[in-house]
Amino acid sequence: MPPLLDVRNLMTYFFTAGGLVKAVRGVDFTIETGETLALVGESGCGKSMTALSLLRLVPEPGRIVEGQIFFAGNDLLHVPDEEMRRVRGNQIAMIFQEPMTALNPVLRIGEQIAEVLRLHKGQSPAEALETAADLLHQVGIPSPKQRIREYPHQLSGGMRQRVVIAMALACDPRLLIADEPTTALDVTIQAQIMDLLRRLKSEREMATLLITHDLGVVAENADRVAIMYNGLILEYAPVRDIFNDPRHPYTSGLLACIPKLGEKRRRLTTVNGQGAGGNSPLSFLDRCPPEFAPRQGNLPGLRETAPGHLVRRWED
Amino acid sequence: MEALLEVRDLSKAFRSGGGLPGAPQRRLQAVDRVSFTLFQGETLGLVGESGCGKSTAGRLILRLLEADGGQVLFRGRDLLKLSSRDMRPLRRDLQMIFQDPYSSLNPRMKIGDIVGEPLLIHGLAKRRELREDVTALLERVGLGAEHYDRYPHEFSGGQRQRVGIARALAVRPSLIIADEPVSALDLSIQAQVVNLLQDLQQEFGLTYLFIAHDLSVIEHISDRVAVMYLGRIVELAPAEALYHAPRHPYSEALLNAVPVPDPDRPRNRPFVKGEVPSAFDPPPGCHFHPRCPYAQDICGRERPAFVDQGNGHFAACHFSDQVGKFRTF
Repeated sequence: MPPLLDVRNLMTYFFTAGGLVKAVRGVDFTIETGETLALVGESGCGKSMTALSLLRLVPEPGRIVEGQIFFAGNDLLHVPDEEMRRVRGNQIAMIFQEPMTALNPVLRIGEQIAEVLRLHKGQSPAEALETAADLLHQVGIPSPKQRIREYPHQLSGGMRQRVVIAMALACDPRLLIADEPTTALDVTIQAQIMDLLRRLKSEREMATLLITHDLGVVAENADRVAIMYNGLILEYAPVRDIFNDPRHPYTSGLLACIPKLGEKRRRLTTVNGQGAGGNSPLSFLDRCPPEFAPRQGNLPGLRETAPGHLVRRWED
Repeated sequence: MEALLEVRDLSKAFRSGGGLPGAPQRRLQAVDRVSFTLFQGETLGLVGESGCGKSTAGRLILRLLEADGGQVLFRGRDLLKLSSRDMRPLRRDLQMIFQDPYSSLNPRMKIGDIVGEPLLIHGLAKRRELREDVTALLERVGLGAEHYDRYPHEFSGGQRQRVGIARALAVRPSLIIADEPVSALDLSIQAQVVNLLQDLQQEFGLTYLFIAHDLSVIEHISDRVAVMYLGRIVELAPAEALYHAPRHPYSEALLNAVPVPDPDRPRNRPFVKGEVPSAFDPPPGCHFHPRCPYAQDICGRERPAFVDQGNGHFAACHFSDQVGKFRTF
């Protein structure tokens, strides 16, 4: 069985007035049916652009310049626009960090969900509203029959994210892309939403690409993890290996610098560098151990150093 | 230990609506009789979810907002009673670091001028020596002389937060109120800024009120932690005691909800149902009772007193001796 999603050598560049920005510089990963892959990295590492590339929704002046995205056997980069529109929503759905950006403020939430069902599933308006209420019930929204008549501003942040999840699930997607789904939410609500996503995933055998910077969320939700930095995956392994046996210094650096509840230490370990501002040169890789440091010449691929555990290092 | 700041029954309500004829005016009690003491040289963490009033409390102390009632005793003087003229020299002693290093720096000012301005205003430096003094400050926070003539947009988020810290530090304050100083920063940068704040505290004997929503950061940096919910402090305890034996169900809920970066640890199930109620219409009695698994009849009727449970561990809960049953680890 080929994997549900197989991304090979994906490159997404931005052709800006100020010059070329290589947001995604050659990314490879796979996701199996029912699996959660976490794409982890700091801001600007290219994780969100990788996700938008999968849906062919890269904003101008960005362009996918190379690579293949096999989804259920078809290369999405070669399907016609019309078919791609059916893939979005029907096959691959996406939820975002700020649910308000995904909701129309002047439409009742029932209508917004019903619209998806009418367009993608050909349901009648009455039927679609019924299904919408049922979906709201499934994502844990109380009294859904009343809620479908409300507007987004009448809901709390957590409830809005539930509505967006209900909308994403409307067409039974096989892959859900969740881009920082709980970053804007408070911690008790975050726990409820992640619990909901885990439940839906197991009920529906849905694969998830979880984009996040929160290593706690990763540890509790991912099956496998890809650590991204500056447009590249540096380490790619099952979740236990990433946390218990990190093999790239950037991964160990990230793990070391987070304060952990109940483990009071005198000082936090830090990663070198003060972060790259905008399009400035690498801040971390400059100072990392020589075998991992970037060199002139060919970009090395990810190499398997243990079963299923891939690390990118530069060879002599 | 000497008390540097004593906050007593601090309160603030906001009003909204009433602009249109017939539209009802609504009252929101943002800070509801909040009391705590800050001891010289310590870090007190103020933690809570968005809208709980933690930032408002910080602003009331500095009189960036005027309180409705209560006292803020700084070295024994009630700041709330001072005229704005009498307040001005004290502002040197009380500084603030803001969450958003993008909006708290004037984009048209050079870094050197941003950091140097408070020195001039408070008469702490002569113009000729200003460049030297500011450069020393920039170097102390991990920047350098080469940054003096640059503008904020040329800096990363972490570097801008360092500028904000240098500006607060410039006037040699004794108390710094840091409002979510690291929550806009990337993980690796967060750690650097947290370490910097701790080093500066040691070096200059600073006292911090550290306001944040991230429990892991709060626990790491704080000597004591106060937990706020809907305008009230519900628990205040030494950081380790709060973590190991919370005495308020809301603190327990918060601790349970934090995802732990360890895949071998059993996953925490959320035990608190529902959402934070609207602050316009908070539940009577204990604000937390509708979501609380320990709640009984009395909780909906009487506001629990904020009492010392021993060893400086305060909690406002009718059943605080039972708390801990739902702890997931």
